[in-house]
Amino acid sequence: SRELFVLTYGALVAQLCKDYEKDEDVNTCLDRMGYAIGIRLIDDFLARSSVKRCRSYSETADMIAQVAFKMYLGVTPSVSCSSAAGNEFSLILDKNPLVDFVEELPAERASLCYCNLLCGVIRGALEMVHLAAEVTFLQDRLKGDAVTEIGITFLRKAEDRKHRRN
Amino acid sequence: MAIFSVYVVNKAGGLIYQLDHYMPRSDTEKTFSYPLDLVLRPRDERVVVAFGQRDGIRVGHAVLAINGAEVNGRFTADGKDVLEFLSNPANYPVSIRFGRHRLSSNEKLMLASMFHSLFAIGSQLSPEVGSSGIEMLETDTFKLHCFQTLTGIKFVVLADPRQAGIDALLRKIYEIYSDFALKNPFYSLEMPIRCELFDQNLKLALEVAEKAGSFGPGS
Repeated sequence: SRELFVLTYGALVAQLCKDYEKDEDVNTCLDRMGYAIGIRLIDDFLARSSVKRCRSYSETADMIAQVAFKMYLGVTPSVSCSSAAGNEFSLILDKNPLVDFVEELPAERASLCYCNLLCGVIRGALEMVHLAAEVTFLQDRLKGDAVTEIGITFLRKAEDRKHRRN
Repeated sequence: MAIFSVYVVNKAGGLIYQLDHYMPRSDTEKTFSYPLDLVLRPRDERVVVAFGQRDGIRVGHAVLAINGAEVNGRFTADGKDVLEFLSNPANYPVSIRFGRHRLSSNEKLMLASMFHSLFAIGSQLSPEVGSSGIEMLETDTFKLHCFQTLTGIKFVVLADPRQAGIDALLRKIYEIYSDFALKNPFYSLEMPIRCELFDQNLKLALEVAEKAGSFGPGS
């Protein structure tokens, strides 16, 4: 059923390309959809993996790469920290199942982020555990880069004492 | 052994799901002749026994039905005031059913919010950082188990004190919630859960937990 999922995703992106002219619109749409999935997926992830609360950003990034990606996509990206402050990380995917059947982006869609849904999912999931983050594609194999790299920048932790559980 | 009820509380403290799985019934119905030897008093929209406990009718029990017809708060089914009705010797002999009153849904909502606040206070009181909050509240008649997820949803189960395996049950309820409530595209987050599949699977899980659970004497 992995194939069905990949094909469905492809059909979704193709339809969005037909519906919207500008690449940014398609990217935003994918991100929004990913966000809606992420806010629900997080509970499924936590229920099935019974992981403990992460105590640092690097633990969180490791968790996403090693447990979550493995559980849902079957791949394990490698994590590297790319800032001295310790709040910027990148996940490097050498194998991306979503683009199994995609050769390259069409010429008129040069700035389309094909897997932008993933960014939305990660952003939504992190928000539900009170970690605000910005997630974008730093490199994309479909655009000619060597690897596919997702960058996660953790923003200042929301000072929300009402829901803080230390 | 029994699991009495399940409550699911959202991030803001609102009750989004409630199930009464097993409520021990302690109703007593008796026929009385004038004059009534129980002292009845109105309280909170109900007529409650204030004194004269006997034969299974305890202080605090409410009048549930008169002559078979359920009372509506302080009024009988035909609209007469219960205390007036019972002070008139012409209405005797009368059969009255007493019992512990059920919580109304408003009361449950209020209690859930109150528990949410107590839970927050509990986490703050902890001398160590990183407290899990209230996990269990124990009384002689029931144990309340609570599990808060990392996303802020609380699952609360009230069970018999001898019932074991509630921790596993709470994790299972979390899985059922993530499967049947969250994956339902028409369910909005933080709203009351009205999903048939969630109900069914939850009841199944409760039954499994009850059977597999404790090793105390059968009830």
